[in-house]
Amino acid sequence: MSSELINIDESMPVNTVEEYLRMDRMPHIWCPSCGIGTTVNCFAHALEQSGLDLQKVAIVSGIGCTGRVAGYLKLDSFHTTHGRPIPFATGLKLANPELKVVVYSGDGDLTAIGGNHFIHAARRNVDMTVILINNFIYGMTGGQVAPTTPIGATATTTPHGNFEESFNLPYLAESCGAVYVARWTAYHVRHVQKAIKEALLKKGFSFVEILAPCPTLFSRRNKLGDGLDQMIYFKENSEIKNDADTKSVGLTFQGKITVGKFVDKERTTYLDAMNEFYSKKFGDKYTPYKG
Amino acid sequence: MKADPKGVLTGAHFIDGDHACAEGAIAAGCRFVAGYPITPSTEVVERIADRFPLINGMFIQMEDEIASSIAIQGAVWAGKKAMTVTSGPGFSLMMEHIGLAAMTETPCVFVDVQRAGPSTGLPTQPAQGDMMQARWGSHGDYGIIALCPNSPQECFNLTIKAFNLSEQYRVPVLVMMDECVGHMTERVIIPKAEDIEIYPRRYYEGTREDFLLFKPENDLVPAIVKAGDGYNVHVTGLTHDERGYPVMTAAAQEKLVHRLVDKIRVNADKIVEYKLDQVEGADIVVISYGITSRTAIPAIEQARKDGLKVGHMRLIVAWPFPEKYICALASQVKAFVVPEINYGQMVLEVERCVGGKARVDLVPHGGGSVHNPKDIHNVIINSVKGKN
Ligand SMILES: Cc1ncc(C[n+]2csc(CCOP(=O)(O)OP(=O)(O)O)c2C)c(N)n1
Ligand code: SF4
Ligand SMILES: [Mg+2]
Repeated sequence: MSSELINIDESMPVNTVEEYLRMDRMPHIWCPSCGIGTTVNCFAHALEQSGLDLQKVAIVSGIGCTGRVAGYLKLDSFHTTHGRPIPFATGLKLANPELKVVVYSGDGDLTAIGGNHFIHAARRNVDMTVILINNFIYGMTGGQVAPTTPIGATATTTPHGNFEESFNLPYLAESCGAVYVARWTAYHVRHVQKAIKEALLKKGFSFVEILAPCPTLFSRRNKLGDGLDQMIYFKENSEIKNDADTKSVGLTFQGKITVGKFVDKERTTYLDAMNEFYSKKFGDKYTPYKG
Repeated sequence: MKADPKGVLTGAHFIDGDHACAEGAIAAGCRFVAGYPITPSTEVVERIADRFPLINGMFIQMEDEIASSIAIQGAVWAGKKAMTVTSGPGFSLMMEHIGLAAMTETPCVFVDVQRAGPSTGLPTQPAQGDMMQARWGSHGDYGIIALCPNSPQECFNLTIKAFNLSEQYRVPVLVMMDECVGHMTERVIIPKAEDIEIYPRRYYEGTREDFLLFKPENDLVPAIVKAGDGYNVHVTGLTHDERGYPVMTAAAQEKLVHRLVDKIRVNADKIVEYKLDQVEGADIVVISYGITSRTAIPAIEQARKDGLKVGHMRLIVAWPFPEKYICALASQVKAFVVPEINYGQMVLEVERCVGGKARVDLVPHGGGSVHNPKDIHNVIINSVKGKN
């Protein structure tokens, strides 16, 4: 179709995030009104604003709908195995501390199968940014229950409703030692951008949870409408409470959502701790490890 | 390329196989090790943890073997030579990531100091029960390389060789030790760094315009780049094209997996390594590997004293299997005797290659100790008589 016929203004500025994306891989696989793409847009803007040298930014995903994020970003990008992006990222970061390493993955990936890695990376304070898309469900595999599925919601493997307690992820992250913890929803695009930018520039284990609609599986099965309805729910039920006690920010099915920046503190990173410790121990014999 | 002298402990040492393996890795240029303690492999990482701080190495004890086996792959893509070390239960946990390394052509080394299984089995006692798992343990089809040292000296030598082969073919290479070899203390000679040959990483040297992450060279192996070099690589465990981009078709699968299998199959003649002793003119050939190659020797010597013509073939590289050689040998000998500390693993390969042209007799052992050479001798004697 020629551009005259559909009346495209050729001078229209292109979306500035395009240069951060692998446009040769479009269209992406995500469903219409899925929240993941919105967060990627925020991530690209955050990258742009961060001033980071993009050649030194690497992104690592696990497996899932969110796991596909790495593959769409024009960065060194690694699509690893289900649950294991954090240990891969740990290897990448510790082998070359010059890299800024981002893990971008789903709630199931990072806190079910990968939960052990999550808590240990936070404990060690490995310098990485973890962006977790919480859609309350296993998207990629067709809507099974996740450790984030609220009590009362249904999933294909809890067809009668879920009765398991779900994770309060900011509380988990803070308890394990994360130095930056924020939660936003896909509705809060400006806040998400800002939080990701802050997390990227924070030294240590930074964690951003983003609640996002999965209209195809979570919303439809739970009769919550489409992606837009879920965004309206996020908008109307979110309360911004920066510095809230993470103990108090647990989620319930379609209940109130506390969003905000909950933790922003300093703690020695894994590498700095190692270098300081060995410098004391070995004195001049030790050359601080830089990769 | 020669080894970096920093870290090479040139001289004669009296150390066990686990320690020798650690020194081999260091000599090979390995500076990233992730591991999780498990007997009888732990001494490898203990020595690494002790040695690494002063030679600019990074050792991290991860939360489990799953994490260890993928942390090393992150490290490789950041430019390090990397290794993980384990034994049976941990080896089982690592299987998915052996497949990831095969699929993403990530050069790295896995050391498995075999102990008796299944499950927790006999944690402190030997076995050779992971040989088929080494070859086939991850799902799907792929090629790997596995080496079988039979002494501390070989633990040193073959760990270097493992790194070299992993770089040359961009595959995970498995060093299949066993508890005996790992815990046996012997003299180990560490040569001068300038006498240690190192296969350097095959970094891409072409132009940026021509760059394709998985475009194979003539030997079917693509050149690599590392994160931070500005190539914006995409590395995925999904079936992918030469750009590294996922392609969900049978045609893409065929093209990729065919090459992953072929790069070892086609290059097998260059990779296989075995040692022969009086195989020429023998009626019976004992095929052994690892510690069992040493328990077989008294049995073979006794049988020779008994007047039998017995040859000995010791596998140094177990995978790829030296199938061409054994196929040819099959029409020249009457029988093969295969002792192994399992209920029949590598013997299946021998049978496949022999194809009924000669007898093949297994000398099985459930693990927990080594064979009594008498048992091997008995099978040799009965083998010629056709009695086993
Ligand atoms: C070892 C392993 N187990 C199971 C799977 C199947 N699997 C793929 S994605 C996924 C869950 C994804 O859920 P989540 O991480 O929440 O991501 P989402 O799709 O919701 O973004 C599962 C169970 C797998 N690929 N590998
Ligand atoms: S299944 Fe859900 S999470 Fe996955 S792409 Fe579709 S809407 Fe998004
Ligand atoms: Mg999910």
